[in-house]
Amino acid sequence: MSNQVRKVKNVHFDTIAAISTPMGEGAIAIVRLSGDEAVQIADRIFRSPSGKRLNEEQSHTIHYGHLIDPSTAEIVEEVMVSLMKAPKTFTREDVVEVNCHGGIVAVTRVLQLVLKQGARLAEPGEFTKRAFLNGRIDLSQAEAVMDLIRAKTDRAMNVALNQMEGKLSRLIGGLRQALIETLAQVEVNIDYPEYDDVEEMTIPLMIEKSTWVRNEIDELLKTSSQGKILREGLSTVIIGRPNVGKSSLLNSIIQENKAIVTDIAGTTRDIIEEYVNVRGVPLRLIDTAGIRETEDIVERIGVEKSRKVLKEADLILLVLNSSEELSIEDERLFEVVSGMDTIFVINKTDLPQKIDMQKVMEHAGTGKVVTTSLVKDEGVDELEEAIAGLFFEGNLESGDFTYVSNARHIALLYNARATIEDALAAAEAGVPVDMIQIDVTRTWEILGEIIGDTVQDGLLNELFSQFCLGK
Amino acid sequence: MPKFEAGTFDVIVIGAGHAGVEAALSAAKMGATTLVLTMNLDMIAFMPCNPSLGGPAKGIVVREIDALGGAMGKVIDKTHIQMRMLNTGKGPAVRALRAQADKVLYQSEMKRLLEEQENLLLHQGVVEELIVEDDEIKGVLTQVGAIYRAKTVIITTGTFLRGEVIIGDLKYSSGPNNQMPSIKLADNIRELGFDMVRFKTGTPPRVNSRTIDYSKTEIQPGDDTAWAFSYETTEFITDQLPCWLTYTSPRTHELINENLHLSPMYSGMIKGKGPRYCPSIEDKIVRFADKSRHQIFLEPEGRNTQEVYVQGLSTSLPEHVQKQLIASVPGLENAEMMRAGYAIEYDAIVPTQLWPTLETKRIRNLYTAGQLNGTSGYEEAAGQGIMAGINAASRALGKEERVLGRADAYIGVLIDDLVTKGTSEPYRLLTSRAEYRLLLRHDNADMRLTEIGYQIGLINEERHDAHIIKKQQIEEEIIRLRKVTIKPTSDVQDIIRETGGSELREPMKAADLLKRPEINYSQIERMVPPEEKKSKEVEEQVEIFIKYEGYIEKSLQQVDKMKKLENKKIPDNIDYNAISGIASEAKSVLSEVRPLSIAQASRISGVNPADISILLVYIEQGRIAKISG
Repeated sequence: MSNQVRKVKNVHFDTIAAISTPMGEGAIAIVRLSGDEAVQIADRIFRSPSGKRLNEEQSHTIHYGHLIDPSTAEIVEEVMVSLMKAPKTFTREDVVEVNCHGGIVAVTRVLQLVLKQGARLAEPGEFTKRAFLNGRIDLSQAEAVMDLIRAKTDRAMNVALNQMEGKLSRLIGGLRQALIETLAQVEVNIDYPEYDDVEEMTIPLMIEKSTWVRNEIDELLKTSSQGKILREGLSTVIIGRPNVGKSSLLNSIIQENKAIVTDIAGTTRDIIEEYVNVRGVPLRLIDTAGIRETEDIVERIGVEKSRKVLKEADLILLVLNSSEELSIEDERLFEVVSGMDTIFVINKTDLPQKIDMQKVMEHAGTGKVVTTSLVKDEGVDELEEAIAGLFFEGNLESGDFTYVSNARHIALLYNARATIEDALAAAEAGVPVDMIQIDVTRTWEILGEIIGDTVQDGLLNELFSQFCLGK
Repeated sequence: MPKFEAGTFDVIVIGAGHAGVEAALSAAKMGATTLVLTMNLDMIAFMPCNPSLGGPAKGIVVREIDALGGAMGKVIDKTHIQMRMLNTGKGPAVRALRAQADKVLYQSEMKRLLEEQENLLLHQGVVEELIVEDDEIKGVLTQVGAIYRAKTVIITTGTFLRGEVIIGDLKYSSGPNNQMPSIKLADNIRELGFDMVRFKTGTPPRVNSRTIDYSKTEIQPGDDTAWAFSYETTEFITDQLPCWLTYTSPRTHELINENLHLSPMYSGMIKGKGPRYCPSIEDKIVRFADKSRHQIFLEPEGRNTQEVYVQGLSTSLPEHVQKQLIASVPGLENAEMMRAGYAIEYDAIVPTQLWPTLETKRIRNLYTAGQLNGTSGYEEAAGQGIMAGINAASRALGKEERVLGRADAYIGVLIDDLVTKGTSEPYRLLTSRAEYRLLLRHDNADMRLTEIGYQIGLINEERHDAHIIKKQQIEEEIIRLRKVTIKPTSDVQDIIRETGGSELREPMKAADLLKRPEINYSQIERMVPPEEKKSKEVEEQVEIFIKYEGYIEKSLQQVDKMKKLENKKIPDNIDYNAISGIASEAKSVLSEVRPLSIAQASRISGVNPADISILLVYIEQGRIAKISG
């Protein structure tokens, strides 16, 4: 009976969403939603020219229209939406697929929009898992799934452990600690109302703590790489001694890539900014005046600006001249970029090599080294690959602040922010402490999910990550 | 000792403490012939520790027992010396009623209820052995050789199993308050293969009221409002006795530190695990050394006695140190100690050996309830008692079993915690143990459970009818307030101004206005009076429901999610060892607990989400296999 569709009641609960086309550039990209509320969520943001709502439409139909952000009523995207109602869908749940413009910016905005409307970001392979649990897959496939789970259990544990380390989890851990202390105090007040051992957790105190947590979450969100990149692009600084080919590099990248944003001011005498999309990664390219000690007052202003820009950069392209030996200035540049995400571009390989590659490699450490001949138009592809690789592998990290680079984390942070906002609003409205506590507890739980601490029913969904996300 | 047949029953209850009496009364009321065997008929529903019932979480349990048709609420309503509503400054979910009991009156009133109950035989006797055949209970054997046969047996022996009292370096075999301990039965239970743990609890000394200088203490009177736990109580006690508050002095702390070497807690003599939330004075002073003083509450043990319970001074230090400790407390300088405090160690059953019905997994038709299951507190015992009684009687009478869920009652939370997670210390209910505490309020226990009590047969028609009417009135009034519009007339603005709120700018639905924190039902009622004045209880329900609708709604959504997992049943013949993907630790706890649903499995500590996913897949696979086959 292998492919017989079984009449098993659907077991799943919330509505999940994910980008189901490969990350990077493409003509179109698809965000898929599955779950009981898939259609309602889509209806909240989708406007068709006829004004007809998706839940009034026939199943297995496709519709043209626009996505709007309900909080601002702004049009976000022009889309085609496929509507597939349960049970004849991949997951046997209601499924909505939003076809939008390709490229990471557009599709991520659409994803963020549906997540804000209450969908939860799907774990890797979760669509497949639902398909299975809802009876779409037969016995032999089920056994394959079992094998997969067995094989992946250890890895999933390791992944969770790795997530527990690092700056982000320390920060989240700190927030949770503050919340749990607040909660503990509330609980003691409730369960031991006559004991004077514990200070009464008053509303002002609760507001104070919640505000602090909210602000910290805001900070985290501000530094979240995707949020930041979506707003302003990955800030990329090209540095190097004069005449090593910085401007040529800038021009090569610009010529090959369509600029995605052009209307932002900021070009100065010394700093040129250009917005380009490199293999789906939005870059804000900055060419600086050469960094070196100088007596020239005018030039020094430029240099100081460069230093500042450098500090705030997400990625540095350090250009070196292959046909010259490393100078003291180069050595200084190595120092300046140490600890930052840097790609070392060895230019002018068309000329006889004099640079000490051994030394460059030493300085580069784990950073990538790319050789180019910009006059011959060689090596630019490799450079672009290196940039995209850094971004998509999530290897970009800043020395100064924590990046929240994972879309799941960002979605959870937004949730946490919304619940702590609820708590604050309630506290300000004079709602009793033990009610406010409900939202504070929820915030604590959500933050726990980020670092894999209070994971409820699904951390293991990781196990299904063998299947392509969104499939 | 020659054995003899002494009778056959549907249900036998061993023990007549707070669990035993509720178990016996509910079983008998359901129509099961019930025998209660207790070592000492004068110790029925005895309170060996504090003379009070209720408080946060526990008070809600008392209401729940009452809504199910149990006795605790009615009896305390008749026999208390003081009642107070706690947490009135907080939200409705955590308000809790607490009563100070007249211990002797409480006991005699409870004894009378048992004596008067049809189908119930109350008998003094010491059970030494359980009669078990083919892993099924058949009856019990007493000290005098009497064999009582029964379809089901409930053990509610509290702290009596191999009980040992400890004071200083003195340790002797004893039940609480120098009662006879239960040794042979304890051995028998072990021999039957049950896993036992050793727990410890303690009680403070008692002093003579006549010798207390109350002028050095603060009075703690009862509330002026007349309260009752039971929904059936119509007569309220107005003549209340106060409690008194004093504090430890620097001398108290010195005494503890000087005599710590004499404390069996610290000398290593006590091995049993004591509760963290109910620390002895030694513990408090050692662990919270920076605190300069601790509260001591003086609570009368009854109207007809001078004995006063010294709450906060629980200790197992030698008696001569206890005397000095008492004298170091302001107001107690000259107080005469009537009984010394002591610690007691006892055997408790590892509660994961029980099904959620409180039937043991090992022996069919055998149930356990109360402190024996690792809990502490009269209310926790009684809550288990009534459920064990209901389930044992149902089994005997061929009726359906009853399990309360975590979203139904604190009793549900309590039993689920015990049978799912077990406990490493005497378990006390706290409001924070409930995920849905906003739904589990003391004020709506009747709304949650009366219908169940009625179906079981513990709630009579009259009370059930009253419940239905109340429910209707609440619903109608909520609908009315959602429909009726309040206009910004001068009368309305006057009322709003009284509350300090901001005036209405435009007409508003009454329900929306009631959502404002400063507005309560009585003001809405003045603005838009109902056709018929509602009862206080109805008004309270309407107000809470409308005011906290958003929060209630959120909780209900969470409950729905949980129920979906609750509905994913695990087949009882599942062999966890055959599922190779599950971690070995999880296999062992799953095999031990044998959860009935995925939801229950996910609450077991040691079972991680990975194991749950694999379990889900495995169960699905089993189903597919069945369909394929």
